[in-house]
Amino acid sequence: MIPELGHYALVLALFLALVQATLPLIGAARGDIAWMDVAKPAAIGQFTMILVSFLALTYAYVVSDFSVLNVVQNSHSMKPMLYKVAGVWGNHEGSMLLWVLILAMFGGAVALFGHNLPPTLKARVLSVQAMIGVAFLLFIIATSNPFIRVDPAPLDGTDLNPLLQDPGLAFHPPFLYFGYVGFSMAFSFAVAALIEGRVDPAWARWVRPWTLAAWSGLTMGIALGSWWAYYELGWGGWWFWDPVENASFMPWLAGTALLHSAIVVEKRDALKSWTILLAILTFTLSLIGTFLVRSGVLTSVHAFAVDPARGVFILALLVIATAGALLLYAIRAPSMKMGGLFAPISREGALVLNNLLLSTATATVFLGTLYPLFLDAIDAGKVSVGPPFFNATFIPLMVPLIAAMSVGPLLAWKRADLAGALSRLKFAAVLTVICVLGALYAYQGGPVMALLGVALAAWAFFGAIIELTDRIKLFRAPLAESWRRAVGLPRSSWGMTIAHAGMGVAIAGMTGSAAWMTERIQVMRPGDTAQIAGYELRFDQVEERPIANYQAKTGTFTLSRNGEFLATLHPEERWFPVSRMSTTEAAIRTNWVSDLYVVLGQEQQGGTGGYATRLYHHPLVPWIWIGCVIMMIGGCVSLSDRRFRIGVPARAKRDRQPTPQPAE
Amino acid sequence: MTGVVRACLAALLIAVASPAFAVQPDEVLRDPAMEARAREISKELRCLVCQNQSIDDSNAPLARDLRVLVRQRLVAGDGDGEVLDYVTARYGDYVLLRPPFKASTYVLWLGPIAVLLLGALGAALFLRGRRPTVVGGEGATPLTPEERQRLDRLLREDS
Repeated sequence: MIPELGHYALVLALFLALVQATLPLIGAARGDIAWMDVAKPAAIGQFTMILVSFLALTYAYVVSDFSVLNVVQNSHSMKPMLYKVAGVWGNHEGSMLLWVLILAMFGGAVALFGHNLPPTLKARVLSVQAMIGVAFLLFIIATSNPFIRVDPAPLDGTDLNPLLQDPGLAFHPPFLYFGYVGFSMAFSFAVAALIEGRVDPAWARWVRPWTLAAWSGLTMGIALGSWWAYYELGWGGWWFWDPVENASFMPWLAGTALLHSAIVVEKRDALKSWTILLAILTFTLSLIGTFLVRSGVLTSVHAFAVDPARGVFILALLVIATAGALLLYAIRAPSMKMGGLFAPISREGALVLNNLLLSTATATVFLGTLYPLFLDAIDAGKVSVGPPFFNATFIPLMVPLIAAMSVGPLLAWKRADLAGALSRLKFAAVLTVICVLGALYAYQGGPVMALLGVALAAWAFFGAIIELTDRIKLFRAPLAESWRRAVGLPRSSWGMTIAHAGMGVAIAGMTGSAAWMTERIQVMRPGDTAQIAGYELRFDQVEERPIANYQAKTGTFTLSRNGEFLATLHPEERWFPVSRMSTTEAAIRTNWVSDLYVVLGQEQQGGTGGYATRLYHHPLVPWIWIGCVIMMIGGCVSLSDRRFRIGVPARAKRDRQPTPQPAE
Repeated sequence: MTGVVRACLAALLIAVASPAFAVQPDEVLRDPAMEARAREISKELRCLVCQNQSIDDSNAPLARDLRVLVRQRLVAGDGDGEVLDYVTARYGDYVLLRPPFKASTYVLWLGPIAVLLLGALGAALFLRGRRPTVVGGEGATPLTPEERQRLDRLLREDS
């Protein structure tokens, strides 16, 4: 009964979305307030219905209702509760339901909290958002219905893929989708603005918080995914330039560019046309990512051709959404008035450079991800595009970006003094040199790229700090004065400093992992000792026992340094009998600066009692994720800026007589 | 295996690979310098039966064969380039994770540079149009040195 309720709610949501996609749009065109006002209850209703549907599916998972096909295929009665719940979005159908849930949530949030939006813009935004909703709800109901029953119901399920039964991965999709789908808001705002035919600083101020929220979520989602890869895949790799990773990375890159270009629209009323285009492209990349992952086209172009229903649907949707938006853009953009003027050396100029490099980086990842599919599709041969290609093309674009990242915020708007900005960064330069020398000393040389990485990390981090201390006049004014300035500084400015510093921390981590990782691979028998990076590891024993839905083979290692006991480590190998797969659980001991990583491998043949063991020392690696978390915090701090809540440019308030309507 | 991979892909937006045991203890060469070279070469070669994994990360039997082959060639005295050529001659360009620069990959390799140059050109033209100094248009007389000094002073005060 409950699944039918969920199914029914989903269909209701589709019809509410249809209403929301049409009536408010017509109302806005005619200036009919009553029709425009339909948007709010429809958006909230649509969200509620999808929530009911989602909860119904969750319920089926929680009680292990094996008369629902989706539950049978992705769950098992013995599975721990966390993974029963996470199983809801651990499969195609359920994850698409999560997709539309988040889509409708953003729509509902605009309906509820968008008081300061002009009524026509609000109506149009919600209509566009609902159009996307209609398409995806149709997609679910027509091709990916999670509520299909199976009769007779089997006694138990076939279990979720064991690799997915992991805390990091349980929360990875919700964060990722929050970001991915959140960019739909920027898209809806862009299309609505094109329909309105007006883009002004106020528009940018409305768009930015939604983009920031999505960006923060996506940052966290990508970080969780790479963290999972790091500890689960068994050797400490954390980024593989896999198409599925790239699918989420492209919207992140474009979204980062969008965040920055929207600042120029907001502060200087310039770059409007470009920002609109970027908003459209960012969400297009989210849709492309969805297509790549959902259609099976990545497995091979031919596998896609065999079972194309889902892929073709998303592809059609992608083409309609993108082509429609771009057509609208082509018609409306030329009439957009050029805004403020500025010299190349200025804050605006720096943000243009940021956008140039980030867009090129996005294009590079796009090309590298899709080129093999393209060649294969036109039968022009097969190529592999892997990490060596991306390292060779992507990193050279990031070097100038990070180098400029510290300088840009020190430049004045309109026209700036580059020499002056650089001289203010003297101190950051000195600290950078010290860090590079420190790395040289600590690692006795090392690859040149590593030193470049350290230099960029230090430059980004200290550059961000210097910008802050400069603004609050730390050590140049009395402390009380600095404190007053620090408190008075806009939250968005704090957010920028935090996010830029976090980027520096993350780069340090990436550099450390790429350059200074050490590894020992050997056969060990209980009682044997191995050395790595100044640590000793004694292999004590292996124990086998059944736990929940798997069989665990747990090793015990004693970690010590100079004969001093440090910790006991328990790497594990897990065997999942239902899905007939095994996973490795590395034992990781971190001191927040480096990780010691131990993997218990296969037992050697011949009954010698030896196991293949892998020991890794990963210096600075934890900083990758610490940096990502800092970046996300930066995004959230910026999000709490009061300008976004008030929504009215401060100057407009001062200049005008008080009016009952918010200024537009 | 493909079933598993597809299930993973369907469920996830991030890379899913089987837990990789990759290089086994019995494959490791005695000479650490040569082993390090073998590892670097292995990162350039694709495991042909896996999805986007290098032979260094993969635990597929074919990947193991290739790893052993790479090490055999190194022990036989081949240079890094010769090893890659040797493997490519037998398995085709598809085995290279860094695609070779040739007619079918010009777009791939030159695309990013073209995008950067076109973007830079576009940005440069845009910035020229945005310069505050061209506000007066074509017919305007250039500023006298005194006027410019005064303007600079005013701009400094403004910022």
